[in-house]
Amino acid sequence: MAIKGYIRERFFPHIWCPGCGHGIVLNSLLRAIDKLGMSKNEIVVVSGIGCSSRISGYVDFHTLHTLHGRALAFATGVKMSLPELNVIVPMGDGDALAIGGNHFIHSARRNIDMTAIVMNNRIYGMTGGQYSPLSGYGTLATTAPYTNIDNAFDTVELATAAGASFVARSTTYHVQQLTKILKQAILHEGFSVVEVLSQCPTYFGRKNRKGTAADMMEYYKNNTTPVGSTAKKENPDLIERGVFVEKEMPEYCKEYDKIIERAMKESS
Amino acid sequence: MAKPKLKAHVINREWCKGCGICVHFCPKNVLELDEEDKVVAARREDCICCKMCELRCPDLAIEIETE
Repeated sequence: MAIKGYIRERFFPHIWCPGCGHGIVLNSLLRAIDKLGMSKNEIVVVSGIGCSSRISGYVDFHTLHTLHGRALAFATGVKMSLPELNVIVPMGDGDALAIGGNHFIHSARRNIDMTAIVMNNRIYGMTGGQYSPLSGYGTLATTAPYTNIDNAFDTVELATAAGASFVARSTTYHVQQLTKILKQAILHEGFSVVEVLSQCPTYFGRKNRKGTAADMMEYYKNNTTPVGSTAKKENPDLIERGVFVEKEMPEYCKEYDKIIERAMKESS
Repeated sequence: MAKPKLKAHVINREWCKGCGICVHFCPKNVLELDEEDKVVAARREDCICCKMCELRCPDLAIEIETE
């Protein structure tokens, strides 16, 4: 398998539970990188803390496994010092949008060139199934035994409002679309956000009686629709997937280079 | 493009966790879980090499080799 060249086989089988969607995200990400024909040396994967963040240990690129919610801050440091590298930041939903919520919106606002992947399983899996900012109203979690009363963020709308220049969503069922979107996101110059609906059969699934991993993927199949479809107009509850935003905007590192140039001119 | 011809289902039994995603979504019902909850190609002659099992495997444990 070509993608086997991109993993650290010594750490397999990985720690993720049977049927965990995060493994499918890893699978798709490796295929996207393989299709782009990128060299391992030009990729940096930076992650925070959580089930999702274990991904950085499994990929054979330059990797950083950092603090909870702070992956984007570390990634910003890497990118600013070596802008020629491709920086990919896989995060969980809690990691990206609760603890790391500020880093997320400000990275989007700056439009710094990196790819943020929000692996949305709607729960904190590693610590035992606490509700996350994407669990949503009415769901059950270890910390919400009488149902959750917090509303969820819409990752796509949040990223769009914060100024990300590439925003997309897919699921672990739609693997071909996911690989294609990840390719586009990595190639895009600017801050790219890809939300991936990723099943947690162990906690979110079991607490909310969503069945097996395959059942949860059937849910993604039956309850999502391509962005802008007529099905969405007929059934507003469907979750849209596809590319929502793709625009050219000044990129942060490039703008910073201009500042350096300007400052050097004035001081000389 | 000619139809891809199946060479083998390469299954890594050490990595397979028996989640059953590949079994569930195989369009031709080729795959099964054995008594150890590991995937096996029970009806390999029906395989159309669509590779959806390979793409959806969370454990990178199955690969479709074609000629």
